[in-house]
Amino acid sequence: MTAATPTPGAGAPATPAPLNVEALRKDFPLLKRTVNGRPVVYLDSASSALQPQAVIDAMSRYYETTHANVHRGVYATAEEATALYERARVVAGRFVSAPDPAHEVVFTKNTTEALNLVAQSWGRANLRAGDAVLLTEMEHHANIVPWMILSEELGGLDLRYIPIDDEGRLVLDDLDRLVDGVKVIGVSCMSNVLGTINPVRHIASVAHEAGAVVVADGAQLVPHSSVDVRDLGADFIAFSGHKMMGPTGIGVLWGRSELLSAMPPFLGGGGMILDVKLDSFKAAPPPARFEAGTPPIAEAVGLTAAIAYLNDIGMDRIRAHELALTNVALERLDEKLGSDVQIFGPPPGDDRGGVLSLAYRDVHAHDLAQVLDQFGVCVRPGHHCAKPLMRRLGVQATARASLSLFSDEHDIEVLIEGLLEAGRLFG
Amino acid sequence: MADLEELYREIILDHYRSPRNRGELDSPPAHRVEGFNPLCGDEVVVSMVVEDGKLADLKIGGSGCSISQSSASLMSAAVKGKPVEEVRRLISTFKGMMSIHEAALGPDGNGDAGGAADAESDPVEIDLDKLGELAALQGVVKFPVRIKCATLSWNALAQGLDEVGAEAS
Repeated sequence: MTAATPTPGAGAPATPAPLNVEALRKDFPLLKRTVNGRPVVYLDSASSALQPQAVIDAMSRYYETTHANVHRGVYATAEEATALYERARVVAGRFVSAPDPAHEVVFTKNTTEALNLVAQSWGRANLRAGDAVLLTEMEHHANIVPWMILSEELGGLDLRYIPIDDEGRLVLDDLDRLVDGVKVIGVSCMSNVLGTINPVRHIASVAHEAGAVVVADGAQLVPHSSVDVRDLGADFIAFSGHKMMGPTGIGVLWGRSELLSAMPPFLGGGGMILDVKLDSFKAAPPPARFEAGTPPIAEAVGLTAAIAYLNDIGMDRIRAHELALTNVALERLDEKLGSDVQIFGPPPGDDRGGVLSLAYRDVHAHDLAQVLDQFGVCVRPGHHCAKPLMRRLGVQATARASLSLFSDEHDIEVLIEGLLEAGRLFG
Repeated sequence: MADLEELYREIILDHYRSPRNRGELDSPPAHRVEGFNPLCGDEVVVSMVVEDGKLADLKIGGSGCSISQSSASLMSAAVKGKPVEEVRRLISTFKGMMSIHEAALGPDGNGDAGGAADAESDPVEIDLDKLGELAALQGVVKFPVRIKCATLSWNALAQGLDEVGAEAS
Protein backbone atom coordinates (compact mmCIF):
# COMPACT_ATOMS: atom_id res chain seq x y z
CA MET A 1 0.00 0.00 0.00
CA THR A 2 1.24 3.47 -0.79
CA ALA A 3 0.20 6.09 1.68
CA ALA A 4 2.00 8.82 -0.22
CA THR A 5 -0.03 11.91 -1.02
CA PRO A 6 0.47 13.44 -4.43
CA THR A 7 2.74 16.44 -4.54
CA PRO A 8 0.76 19.66 -4.63
CA GLY A 9 0.96 21.86 -7.65
CA ALA A 10 3.10 19.35 -9.55
CA GLY A 11 1.07 19.94 -12.69
CA ALA A 12 -0.83 17.28 -14.60
CA PRO A 13 0.66 13.88 -13.81
CA ALA A 14 0.88 11.12 -16.39
CA THR A 15 -2.55 9.61 -17.07
CA PRO A 16 -3.39 7.55 -13.99
CA ALA A 17 -3.87 3.83 -14.54
CA PRO A 18 -7.55 2.96 -14.99
CA LEU A 19 -9.43 1.31 -12.12
CA ASN A 20 -10.45 -2.31 -12.25
CA VAL A 21 -14.01 -1.48 -11.28
CA GLU A 22 -15.25 -5.04 -11.57
CA ALA A 23 -12.73 -6.17 -8.96
CA LEU A 24 -13.32 -3.14 -6.73
CA ARG A 25 -17.08 -3.74 -6.68
CA LYS A 26 -16.42 -7.05 -4.90
CA ASP A 27 -15.03 -5.06 -1.96
CA PHE A 28 -18.47 -3.61 -1.19
CA PRO A 29 -20.84 -6.14 0.39
CA LEU A 30 -23.87 -3.90 -0.04
CA LEU A 31 -23.51 -4.07 -3.82
CA LYS A 32 -24.35 -7.78 -3.59
CA ARG A 33 -27.84 -6.89 -2.40
CA THR A 34 -30.88 -6.88 -4.63
CA VAL A 35 -33.77 -4.44 -4.25
CA ASN A 36 -37.09 -5.08 -5.95
CA GLY A 37 -35.45 -8.05 -7.63
CA ARG A 38 -32.69 -5.96 -9.16
CA PRO A 39 -29.06 -5.58 -8.09
CA VAL A 40 -28.44 -2.34 -6.22
CA VAL A 41 -27.19 0.45 -8.47
CA TYR A 42 -25.76 2.82 -5.91
CA LEU A 43 -25.68 6.36 -7.25
CA ASP A 44 -25.94 8.23 -3.95
CA SER A 45 -22.35 8.45 -2.74
CA ALA A 46 -22.61 12.24 -2.48
CA SER A 47 -25.16 11.63 0.23
CA SER A 48 -23.31 8.80 1.91
CA ALA A 49 -20.78 6.40 0.44
CA LEU A 50 -20.76 2.63 0.83
CA GLN A 51 -18.15 0.91 2.98
CA PRO A 52 -15.63 -1.63 1.71
CA GLN A 53 -15.33 -4.85 3.70
CA ALA A 54 -11.95 -3.65 5.01
CA VAL A 55 -13.64 -0.79 6.90
CA ILE A 56 -16.35 -3.03 8.35
CA ASP A 57 -13.73 -5.60 9.38
CA ALA A 58 -11.47 -3.01 11.00
CA MET A 59 -14.33 -1.75 13.15
CA SER A 60 -15.49 -5.26 14.09
CA ARG A 61 -11.94 -6.26 14.96
CA TYR A 62 -11.58 -3.16 17.11
CA TYR A 63 -14.74 -3.97 19.05
CA GLU A 64 -13.79 -7.64 19.33
CA THR A 65 -10.22 -7.12 20.52
CA THR A 66 -9.48 -3.62 21.69
CA HIS A 67 -12.36 -1.42 22.76
CA ALA A 68 -11.86 0.86 25.74
CA ASN A 69 -12.34 4.55 26.35
CA VAL A 70 -9.47 6.74 25.22
CA HIS A 71 -7.18 9.10 27.14
CA ARG A 72 -8.25 7.62 30.48
CA GLY A 73 -7.34 4.03 31.41
CA VAL A 74 -3.83 2.69 31.88
CA TYR A 75 -4.62 -0.93 31.06
CA ALA A 76 -3.38 -2.46 27.83
CA THR A 77 -6.53 -2.18 25.73
CA ALA A 78 -7.09 1.41 26.84
CA GLU A 79 -3.57 2.27 25.71
CA GLU A 80 -4.19 0.49 22.42
CA ALA A 81 -7.50 2.24 21.85
CA THR A 82 -5.92 5.60 22.56
CA ALA A 83 -3.09 4.84 20.15
CA LEU A 84 -5.54 3.83 17.42
CA TYR A 85 -7.62 6.94 17.96
CA GLU A 86 -4.62 9.27 17.83
CA ARG A 87 -3.24 7.41 14.84
CA ALA A 88 -6.52 8.07 13.02
CA ARG A 89 -6.02 11.78 13.64
CA VAL A 90 -2.62 11.71 12.00
CA VAL A 91 -3.89 9.57 9.11
CA ALA A 92 -6.83 11.94 8.51
CA GLY A 93 -4.54 14.97 8.66
CA ARG A 94 -1.97 13.46 6.30
CA PHE A 95 -4.76 12.61 3.87
CA VAL A 96 -5.14 16.36 3.26
CA SER A 97 -1.39 17.03 3.76
CA ALA A 98 -1.86 18.87 7.05
CA PRO A 99 1.55 20.14 8.20
CA ASP A 100 0.99 19.20 11.85
CA PRO A 101 -1.80 16.61 11.90
CA ALA A 102 -1.46 15.61 15.56
CA HIS A 103 -2.38 19.13 16.68
CA GLU A 104 -4.49 20.55 13.87
CA VAL A 105 -7.09 17.84 13.32
CA VAL A 106 -10.26 17.84 15.40
CA PHE A 107 -12.69 14.95 15.23
CA THR A 108 -16.34 15.92 15.13
CA LYS A 109 -19.59 14.11 14.40
CA ASN A 110 -19.62 15.13 10.73
CA THR A 111 -18.92 18.07 8.41
CA THR A 112 -21.96 19.91 9.70
CA GLU A 113 -20.74 19.78 13.28
CA ALA A 114 -17.27 20.86 12.19
CA LEU A 115 -18.69 23.94 10.44
CA ASN A 116 -20.87 24.73 13.45
CA LEU A 117 -17.77 24.44 15.61
CA VAL A 118 -16.01 27.09 13.54
CA ALA A 119 -19.02 29.43 13.56
CA GLN A 120 -19.66 29.04 17.28
CA SER A 121 -16.06 29.02 18.51
CA TRP A 122 -14.05 31.10 16.05
CA GLY A 123 -17.09 33.16 15.08
CA ARG A 124 -18.15 34.12 18.58
CA ALA A 125 -14.61 35.10 19.50
CA ASN A 126 -13.93 37.10 16.35
CA LEU A 127 -17.18 38.54 14.99
CA ARG A 128 -19.31 41.42 16.21
CA ALA A 129 -22.71 42.75 15.17
CA GLY A 130 -22.49 44.26 11.70
CA ASP A 131 -19.45 42.25 10.59
CA ALA A 132 -19.59 40.87 7.07
CA VAL A 133 -19.63 37.15 6.26
CA LEU A 134 -19.27 36.12 2.62
CA LEU A 135 -20.81 32.83 1.49
CA THR A 136 -21.73 31.46 -1.93
CA GLU A 137 -25.11 30.85 -3.51
CA MET A 138 -24.21 27.18 -3.85
CA GLU A 139 -23.43 26.51 -0.20
CA HIS A 140 -24.97 23.58 1.62
CA HIS A 141 -27.20 24.67 4.52
CA ALA A 142 -24.39 23.48 6.81
CA ASN A 143 -22.26 26.45 5.73
CA ILE A 144 -25.14 28.94 5.78
CA VAL A 145 -27.35 28.25 8.77
CA PRO A 146 -24.56 28.20 11.42
CA TRP A 147 -23.66 31.73 10.31
CA MET A 148 -27.32 32.76 10.45
CA ILE A 149 -27.64 31.37 13.97
CA LEU A 150 -24.54 33.30 14.96
CA SER A 151 -25.96 36.40 13.29
CA GLU A 152 -29.08 36.15 15.44
CA GLU A 153 -26.98 35.68 18.56
CA LEU A 154 -24.65 38.58 17.82
CA GLY A 155 -27.39 40.99 16.83
CA GLY A 156 -26.98 40.85 13.07
CA LEU A 157 -24.14 39.95 10.69
CA ASP A 158 -23.93 41.29 7.14
CA LEU A 159 -24.40 38.04 5.17
CA ARG A 160 -23.25 38.37 1.56
CA TYR A 161 -23.21 35.81 -1.21
CA ILE A 162 -20.98 35.18 -4.21
CA PRO A 163 -23.48 34.61 -7.06
CA ILE A 164 -23.33 31.79 -9.60
CA ASP A 165 -23.62 31.99 -13.38
CA ASP A 166 -26.00 29.95 -15.52
CA GLU A 167 -23.49 27.11 -15.85
CA GLY A 168 -23.25 26.82 -12.10
CA ARG A 169 -19.86 28.42 -11.56
CA LEU A 170 -19.12 31.14 -9.05
CA VAL A 171 -19.02 34.65 -10.52
CA LEU A 172 -15.75 36.00 -9.19
CA ASP A 173 -15.36 39.15 -11.33
CA ASP A 174 -16.63 41.19 -8.44
CA LEU A 175 -14.78 39.33 -5.71
CA ASP A 176 -12.55 42.28 -4.74
CA ARG A 177 -15.60 44.37 -3.98
CA LEU A 178 -17.48 41.53 -2.28
CA VAL A 179 -14.63 40.73 0.13
CA ASP A 180 -14.16 44.33 1.15
CA GLY A 181 -14.59 44.43 4.92
CA VAL A 182 -15.40 40.72 5.12
CA LYS A 183 -14.15 38.85 8.20
CA VAL A 184 -14.83 35.30 7.04
CA ILE A 185 -15.61 33.49 3.79
CA GLY A 186 -17.46 30.18 3.73
CA VAL A 187 -17.01 28.28 0.49
CA SER A 188 -17.73 24.78 -0.69
CA CYS A 189 -14.79 23.06 -2.38
CA MET A 190 -17.26 21.15 -4.54
CA SER A 191 -21.00 21.70 -4.82
CA ASN A 192 -23.13 18.78 -3.67
CA VAL A 193 -25.76 19.77 -6.24
CA LEU A 194 -23.86 21.05 -9.27
CA GLY A 195 -20.61 19.15 -8.97
CA THR A 196 -18.77 22.44 -9.51
CA ILE A 197 -15.25 22.37 -8.10
CA ASN A 198 -14.63 25.89 -6.90
CA PRO A 199 -11.32 27.78 -7.18
CA VAL A 200 -10.83 27.88 -3.42
CA ARG A 201 -7.15 28.67 -3.81
CA HIS A 202 -7.92 31.85 -5.75
CA ILE A 203 -10.71 32.85 -3.37
CA ALA A 204 -8.43 32.23 -0.38
CA SER A 205 -5.64 34.41 -1.76
CA VAL A 206 -8.07 37.30 -2.36
CA ALA A 207 -9.62 36.68 1.06
CA HIS A 208 -6.30 36.74 2.85
CA GLU A 209 -5.31 40.02 1.20
CA ALA A 210 -8.56 41.42 2.56
CA GLY A 211 -7.79 39.98 5.99
CA ALA A 212 -10.58 37.38 5.92
CA VAL A 213 -10.48 33.83 7.20
CA VAL A 214 -11.59 31.05 4.81
CA VAL A 215 -13.77 28.16 5.94
CA ALA A 216 -13.89 25.46 3.28
CA ASP A 217 -16.56 22.77 3.13
CA GLY A 218 -14.63 19.76 1.83
CA ALA A 219 -17.40 17.18 2.28
CA GLN A 220 -17.77 16.51 -1.45
CA LEU A 221 -14.25 17.11 -2.74
CA VAL A 222 -12.04 15.37 -0.20
CA PRO A 223 -13.54 11.89 -0.86
CA HIS A 224 -13.07 12.19 -4.64
CA SER A 225 -9.87 14.11 -5.33
CA SER A 226 -6.53 14.67 -3.69
CA VAL A 227 -6.67 17.76 -1.51
CA ASP A 228 -3.65 19.50 -0.02
CA VAL A 229 -4.51 22.11 2.59
CA ARG A 230 -1.18 23.90 2.07
CA ASP A 231 -2.04 24.33 -1.59
CA LEU A 232 -5.73 25.07 -1.01
CA GLY A 233 -5.01 28.06 1.19
CA ALA A 234 -8.11 27.73 3.34
CA ASP A 235 -7.81 28.30 7.08
CA PHE A 236 -10.29 25.58 7.98
CA ILE A 237 -11.56 22.60 6.05
CA ALA A 238 -14.28 20.19 7.13
CA PHE A 239 -15.13 16.75 5.78
CA SER A 240 -17.06 13.63 6.77
CA GLY A 241 -15.95 10.02 7.25
CA HIS A 242 -19.09 8.49 5.80
CA LYS A 243 -18.76 10.26 2.47
CA MET A 244 -15.29 8.78 2.01
CA MET A 245 -16.24 5.14 2.64
CA GLY A 246 -15.71 5.36 6.38
CA PRO A 247 -18.44 5.06 9.00
CA THR A 248 -21.08 7.61 9.95
CA GLY A 249 -20.57 9.53 13.17
CA ILE A 250 -17.11 10.92 12.52
CA GLY A 251 -16.14 14.16 10.82
CA VAL A 252 -12.87 16.00 10.49
CA LEU A 253 -12.04 19.63 11.03
CA TRP A 254 -8.58 20.77 10.05
CA GLY A 255 -7.64 24.29 11.10
CA ARG A 256 -4.49 26.37 11.21
CA SER A 257 -2.73 25.90 14.56
CA GLU A 258 -2.60 29.59 15.37
CA LEU A 259 -6.36 29.93 14.83
CA LEU A 260 -7.30 26.79 16.76
CA SER A 261 -5.05 27.80 19.68
CA ALA A 262 -6.83 31.13 20.04
CA MET A 263 -10.34 29.68 19.88
CA PRO A 264 -12.56 29.09 22.91
CA PRO A 265 -14.09 25.64 23.51
CA PHE A 266 -17.16 24.56 21.55
CA LEU A 267 -18.81 21.92 23.77
CA GLY A 268 -17.96 21.54 27.44
CA GLY A 269 -17.39 18.29 29.32
CA GLY A 270 -14.84 15.62 29.96
CA GLY A 271 -11.65 15.44 27.96
CA MET A 272 -11.53 19.12 26.98
CA ILE A 273 -10.17 20.57 30.22
CA LEU A 274 -6.89 20.87 32.10
CA ASP A 275 -8.55 21.72 35.38
CA VAL A 276 -12.01 22.39 36.78
CA LYS A 277 -12.76 24.20 40.04
CA LEU A 278 -16.13 25.04 41.55
CA ASP A 279 -16.15 28.41 39.85
CA SER A 280 -13.96 28.04 36.77
CA PHE A 281 -12.26 25.76 34.30
CA LYS A 282 -9.07 25.79 32.29
CA ALA A 283 -9.41 24.47 28.75
CA ALA A 284 -7.04 21.89 27.28
CA PRO A 285 -5.03 22.85 24.20
CA PRO A 286 -6.32 21.82 20.76
CA PRO A 287 -7.38 19.36 19.54
CA ALA A 288 -8.62 18.03 22.91
CA ARG A 289 -10.20 21.43 23.64
CA PHE A 290 -12.79 20.74 20.94
CA GLU A 291 -13.48 17.09 21.74
CA ALA A 292 -15.67 17.01 24.82
CA GLY A 293 -16.93 13.61 25.90
CA THR A 294 -16.10 10.14 24.62
CA PRO A 295 -15.19 10.57 20.97
CA PRO A 296 -16.10 8.28 18.04
CA ILE A 297 -13.32 5.76 18.63
CA ALA A 298 -14.44 2.79 16.54
CA GLU A 299 -15.40 5.29 13.85
CA ALA A 300 -11.88 6.70 13.92
CA VAL A 301 -10.55 3.18 13.40
CA GLY A 302 -12.97 2.77 10.49
CA LEU A 303 -11.86 6.09 9.05
CA THR A 304 -8.23 4.98 9.17
CA ALA A 305 -9.18 1.86 7.20
CA ALA A 306 -11.21 3.90 4.70
CA ILE A 307 -8.31 6.28 4.07
CA ALA A 308 -5.96 3.32 3.65
CA TYR A 309 -8.39 1.87 1.12
CA LEU A 310 -8.59 5.12 -0.86
CA ASN A 311 -4.84 5.70 -0.72
CA ASP A 312 -4.21 2.16 -1.84
CA ILE A 313 -6.21 2.83 -4.99
CA GLY A 314 -4.89 6.37 -5.36
CA MET A 315 -6.94 9.55 -5.29
CA ASP A 316 -5.73 10.63 -8.73
CA ARG A 317 -6.95 7.38 -10.24
CA ILE A 318 -10.30 7.73 -8.47
CA ARG A 319 -10.68 11.29 -9.73
CA ALA A 320 -9.74 10.30 -13.29
CA HIS A 321 -12.23 7.41 -13.24
CA GLU A 322 -15.08 9.55 -11.96
CA LEU A 323 -14.33 12.38 -14.37
CA ALA A 324 -14.27 9.99 -17.33
CA LEU A 325 -17.51 8.35 -16.20
CA THR A 326 -19.13 11.77 -15.73
CA ASN A 327 -18.34 12.50 -19.38
CA VAL A 328 -19.77 9.15 -20.46
CA ALA A 329 -22.90 9.70 -18.36
CA LEU A 330 -23.51 13.16 -19.80
CA GLU A 331 -23.04 11.82 -23.34
CA ARG A 332 -25.29 8.79 -22.82
CA LEU A 333 -28.03 10.83 -21.14
CA ASP A 334 -27.95 13.24 -24.06
CA GLU A 335 -27.94 10.45 -26.64
CA LYS A 336 -30.84 8.53 -25.12
CA LEU A 337 -32.95 11.32 -23.63
CA GLY A 338 -31.91 14.44 -25.52
CA SER A 339 -33.59 17.64 -24.42
CA ASP A 340 -35.96 15.68 -22.13
CA VAL A 341 -33.20 15.66 -19.56
CA GLN A 342 -31.60 18.72 -18.05
CA ILE A 343 -28.36 18.42 -16.10
CA PHE A 344 -27.43 21.25 -13.76
CA GLY A 345 -23.86 22.34 -13.31
CA PRO A 346 -20.88 23.03 -15.55
CA PRO A 347 -19.96 20.95 -18.60
CA PRO A 348 -17.48 18.15 -17.96
CA GLY A 349 -13.98 19.33 -17.23
CA ASP A 350 -11.39 19.81 -14.55
CA ASP A 351 -13.77 21.90 -12.46
CA ARG A 352 -16.52 19.30 -12.31
CA GLY A 353 -17.02 16.32 -10.07
CA GLY A 354 -19.23 13.26 -10.51
CA VAL A 355 -22.48 14.76 -9.28
CA LEU A 356 -25.34 14.74 -11.79
CA SER A 357 -28.36 16.71 -10.64
CA LEU A 358 -31.03 16.25 -13.20
CA ALA A 359 -34.54 17.15 -14.18
CA TYR A 360 -36.39 14.82 -16.54
CA ARG A 361 -39.29 16.27 -18.51
CA ASP A 362 -41.68 17.59 -15.90
CA VAL A 363 -41.60 14.53 -13.67
CA HIS A 364 -41.00 15.60 -10.10
CA ALA A 365 -37.71 14.43 -8.59
CA HIS A 366 -39.50 12.41 -5.92
CA ASP A 367 -41.46 10.54 -8.53
CA LEU A 368 -38.32 9.94 -10.57
CA ALA A 369 -36.53 8.54 -7.55
CA GLN A 370 -39.51 6.35 -6.70
CA VAL A 371 -39.56 4.82 -10.17
CA LEU A 372 -35.77 4.43 -10.16
CA ASP A 373 -36.02 2.51 -6.90
CA GLN A 374 -37.97 -0.16 -8.78
CA PHE A 375 -34.83 -0.63 -10.88
CA GLY A 376 -32.65 -0.89 -7.79
CA VAL A 377 -31.25 2.57 -8.55
CA CYS A 378 -30.46 4.69 -5.50
CA VAL A 379 -30.52 8.43 -6.20
CA ARG A 380 -31.32 11.37 -3.99
CA PRO A 381 -34.38 13.48 -4.75
CA GLY A 382 -35.01 16.84 -3.16
CA HIS A 383 -33.34 20.15 -2.48
CA HIS A 384 -30.07 18.60 -1.25
CA CYS A 385 -29.93 20.95 1.74
CA ALA A 386 -29.23 23.83 -0.63
CA LYS A 387 -32.53 25.70 -0.86
CA PRO A 388 -31.01 29.08 -1.82
CA LEU A 389 -29.29 27.34 -4.74
CA MET A 390 -32.51 25.59 -5.78
CA ARG A 391 -34.27 28.96 -5.87
CA ARG A 392 -31.45 30.34 -8.00
CA LEU A 393 -31.81 27.38 -10.38
CA GLY A 394 -35.56 27.92 -10.45
CA VAL A 395 -36.41 24.38 -9.39
CA GLN A 396 -38.00 22.92 -6.31
CA ALA A 397 -36.03 19.70 -6.39
CA THR A 398 -33.68 17.67 -8.54
CA ALA A 399 -32.88 13.99 -8.72
CA ARG A 400 -29.19 13.60 -8.05
CA ALA A 401 -27.09 10.69 -9.24
CA SER A 402 -23.59 10.77 -7.81
CA LEU A 403 -20.66 8.64 -8.87
CA SER A 404 -18.12 6.69 -6.92
CA LEU A 405 -14.97 4.72 -7.59
CA PHE A 406 -17.16 1.61 -8.08
CA SER A 407 -19.60 3.25 -10.50
CA ASP A 408 -19.54 2.03 -14.09
CA GLU A 409 -21.28 2.46 -17.43
CA HIS A 410 -23.79 -0.25 -16.59
CA ASP A 411 -25.02 1.91 -13.68
CA ILE A 412 -25.64 4.74 -16.12
CA GLU A 413 -27.55 2.44 -18.47
CA VAL A 414 -29.85 1.28 -15.66
CA LEU A 415 -30.37 4.91 -14.63
CA ILE A 416 -31.44 5.73 -18.19
CA GLU A 417 -33.72 2.67 -18.30
CA GLY A 418 -35.43 3.90 -15.14
CA LEU A 419 -35.80 7.45 -16.42
CA LEU A 420 -37.43 6.16 -19.61
CA GLU A 421 -39.89 4.14 -17.52
CA ALA A 422 -40.73 7.24 -15.47
CA GLY A 423 -41.36 9.06 -18.74
CA ARG A 424 -43.75 6.33 -19.86
CA LEU A 425 -45.56 6.26 -16.53
CA PHE A 426 -46.05 10.00 -16.30
CA GLY A 427 -46.69 10.42 -20.01
CA MET B 1 -43.54 -2.76 -11.41
CA ALA B 2 -46.70 -3.93 -9.59
CA ASP B 3 -45.92 -1.78 -6.55
CA LEU B 4 -45.46 1.26 -8.75
CA GLU B 5 -48.79 0.76 -10.42
CA GLU B 6 -50.39 0.45 -7.02
CA LEU B 7 -48.79 3.75 -5.99
CA TYR B 8 -49.38 5.66 -9.19
CA ARG B 9 -52.98 4.68 -9.89
CA GLU B 10 -54.76 6.24 -12.81
CA ILE B 11 -56.90 8.46 -10.54
CA ILE B 12 -53.75 9.83 -8.92
CA LEU B 13 -52.08 10.56 -12.23
CA ASP B 14 -55.30 12.16 -13.47
CA HIS B 15 -55.50 14.51 -10.48
CA TYR B 16 -51.78 15.27 -10.82
CA ARG B 17 -52.12 16.19 -14.51
CA SER B 18 -55.45 18.01 -14.12
CA PRO B 19 -55.62 19.28 -10.56
CA ARG B 20 -59.07 20.32 -9.32
CA ASN B 21 -59.80 23.58 -7.50
CA ARG B 22 -56.42 24.95 -8.44
CA GLY B 23 -55.49 28.48 -7.44
CA GLU B 24 -55.79 30.82 -4.49
CA LEU B 25 -58.73 32.72 -2.99
CA ASP B 26 -58.35 36.35 -2.00
CA SER B 27 -57.15 36.50 1.57
CA PRO B 28 -58.90 38.04 3.39
CA PRO B 29 -61.71 37.10 3.36
CA ALA B 30 -60.32 33.59 2.73
CA HIS B 31 -58.08 31.96 5.32
CA ARG B 32 -54.73 30.90 3.94
CA VAL B 33 -52.43 28.11 5.22
CA GLU B 34 -49.07 27.05 3.83
CA GLY B 35 -47.72 23.55 4.27
CA PHE B 36 -44.09 22.59 3.65
CA ASN B 37 -42.41 19.25 3.45
CA PRO B 38 -38.91 20.14 4.61
CA LEU B 39 -37.52 16.86 3.30
CA CYS B 40 -38.29 17.44 -0.33
CA GLY B 41 -39.35 21.06 -0.61
CA ASP B 42 -42.92 20.27 -1.64
CA GLU B 43 -45.30 23.02 -0.73
CA VAL B 44 -49.05 23.40 -0.71
CA VAL B 45 -51.16 26.49 -0.12
CA VAL B 46 -54.72 25.87 1.02
CA SER B 47 -57.04 28.87 0.99
CA MET B 48 -60.49 28.36 2.39
CA VAL B 49 -63.73 30.09 3.26
CA VAL B 50 -65.85 28.73 6.10
CA GLU B 51 -69.47 29.97 6.20
CA ASP B 52 -72.40 28.77 8.25
CA GLY B 53 -70.47 25.72 9.48
CA LYS B 54 -69.59 24.72 5.95
CA LEU B 55 -66.35 24.73 3.99
CA ALA B 56 -67.95 26.98 1.42
CA ASP B 57 -64.93 27.28 -0.86
CA LEU B 58 -61.31 26.25 -1.08
CA LYS B 59 -58.49 26.35 -3.54
CA ILE B 60 -55.12 24.65 -3.71
CA GLY B 61 -51.86 26.30 -4.67
CA GLY B 62 -48.22 25.32 -4.43
CA SER B 63 -46.19 22.70 -6.22
CA GLY B 64 -44.63 19.36 -5.61
CA CYS B 65 -44.57 15.68 -6.48
CA SER B 66 -47.46 13.70 -7.94
CA ILE B 67 -48.46 12.32 -4.55
CA SER B 68 -48.62 15.64 -2.70
CA GLN B 69 -50.38 17.43 -5.54
CA SER B 70 -52.87 14.69 -6.41
CA SER B 71 -53.68 14.18 -2.74
CA ALA B 72 -54.40 17.91 -2.43
CA SER B 73 -56.59 17.83 -5.53
CA LEU B 74 -58.49 14.74 -4.38
CA MET B 75 -58.94 16.37 -1.00
CA SER B 76 -60.32 19.54 -2.48
CA ALA B 77 -62.88 17.60 -4.52
CA ALA B 78 -63.91 15.60 -1.46
CA VAL B 79 -64.32 18.43 1.05
CA LYS B 80 -65.51 21.46 -0.89
CA GLY B 81 -69.00 22.49 0.18
CA LYS B 82 -69.14 19.94 3.02
CA PRO B 83 -70.06 20.73 6.64
CA VAL B 84 -66.95 21.37 8.72
CA GLU B 85 -67.72 18.47 11.06
CA GLU B 86 -67.89 16.08 8.12
CA VAL B 87 -64.61 17.48 6.78
CA ARG B 88 -62.97 16.87 10.12
CA ARG B 89 -64.17 13.29 10.16
CA LEU B 90 -62.81 12.78 6.67
CA ILE B 91 -59.44 14.25 7.66
CA SER B 92 -59.34 11.84 10.56
CA THR B 93 -60.28 8.88 8.37
CA PHE B 94 -57.75 9.82 5.69
CA LYS B 95 -54.95 10.34 8.18
CA GLY B 96 -55.94 7.04 9.76
CA MET B 97 -55.48 5.31 6.43
CA MET B 98 -52.05 6.92 6.09
CA SER B 99 -50.84 6.41 9.63
CA ILE B 100 -52.11 3.02 10.63
CA HIS B 101 -49.97 0.07 9.74
CA GLU B 102 -51.30 -1.50 6.59
CA ALA B 103 -51.73 -4.80 8.39
CA ALA B 104 -54.49 -3.18 10.43
CA LEU B 105 -56.48 -2.67 7.25
CA GLY B 106 -56.62 -6.34 6.39
CA PRO B 107 -58.17 -9.29 8.21
CA ASP B 108 -54.70 -10.52 9.20
CA GLY B 109 -53.88 -7.39 11.12
CA ASN B 110 -51.43 -8.25 13.86
CA GLY B 111 -52.28 -5.14 15.79
CA ASP B 112 -48.83 -3.71 15.23
CA ALA B 113 -50.17 -0.24 14.66
CA GLY B 114 -47.66 1.47 16.89
CA GLY B 115 -44.61 1.79 14.66
CA ALA B 116 -45.67 4.11 11.91
CA ALA B 117 -48.80 5.40 13.58
CA ASP B 118 -49.29 9.09 13.93
CA ALA B 119 -49.12 9.83 17.64
CA GLU B 120 -51.83 12.47 17.34
CA SER B 121 -54.53 10.31 15.89
CA ASP B 122 -56.44 7.73 17.86
CA PRO B 123 -56.96 4.40 16.14
CA VAL B 124 -59.84 4.99 13.77
CA GLU B 125 -62.09 2.55 12.06
CA ILE B 126 -61.04 2.85 8.44
CA ASP B 127 -63.96 2.49 6.10
CA LEU B 128 -62.41 2.69 2.66
CA ASP B 129 -65.87 3.02 1.09
CA LYS B 130 -66.31 6.35 2.83
CA LEU B 131 -63.13 7.62 1.26
CA GLY B 132 -64.32 7.10 -2.29
CA GLU B 133 -61.66 8.15 -4.78
CA LEU B 134 -59.33 8.99 -1.89
CA ALA B 135 -58.86 5.29 -1.30
CA ALA B 136 -56.68 5.35 -4.42
CA LEU B 137 -53.97 6.85 -2.20
CA GLN B 138 -53.75 3.81 0.06
CA GLY B 139 -50.89 2.45 -2.06
CA VAL B 140 -48.77 5.24 -0.54
CA VAL B 141 -48.71 3.40 2.78
CA LYS B 142 -46.27 0.91 1.27
CA PHE B 143 -43.82 3.76 0.70
CA PRO B 144 -43.46 5.32 4.15
CA VAL B 145 -41.36 8.29 3.01
CA ARG B 146 -44.18 9.37 0.71
CA ILE B 147 -46.82 9.45 3.46
CA LYS B 148 -45.66 12.95 4.34
CA CYS B 149 -46.31 13.96 0.73
CA ALA B 150 -49.84 12.55 0.85
CA THR B 151 -50.76 14.16 4.17
CA LEU B 152 -49.22 17.58 3.49
CA SER B 153 -52.44 19.24 2.25
CA TRP B 154 -54.58 17.46 4.85
CA ASN B 155 -52.47 18.79 7.68
CA ALA B 156 -52.71 22.28 6.20
CA LEU B 157 -56.50 21.96 5.93
CA ALA B 158 -56.76 20.72 9.53
CA GLN B 159 -54.60 23.60 10.71
CA GLY B 160 -56.73 26.06 8.74
CA LEU B 161 -59.97 24.74 10.25
CA ASP B 162 -58.46 25.02 13.73
CA GLU B 163 -57.35 28.60 13.09
CA VAL B 164 -60.72 29.61 11.62
CA GLY B 165 -62.46 27.97 14.59
CA ALA B 166 -60.23 29.81 17.04
CA GLU B 167 -60.92 33.14 15.36
CA ALA B 168 -64.65 32.51 15.43
CA SER B 169 -64.78 31.61 19.11
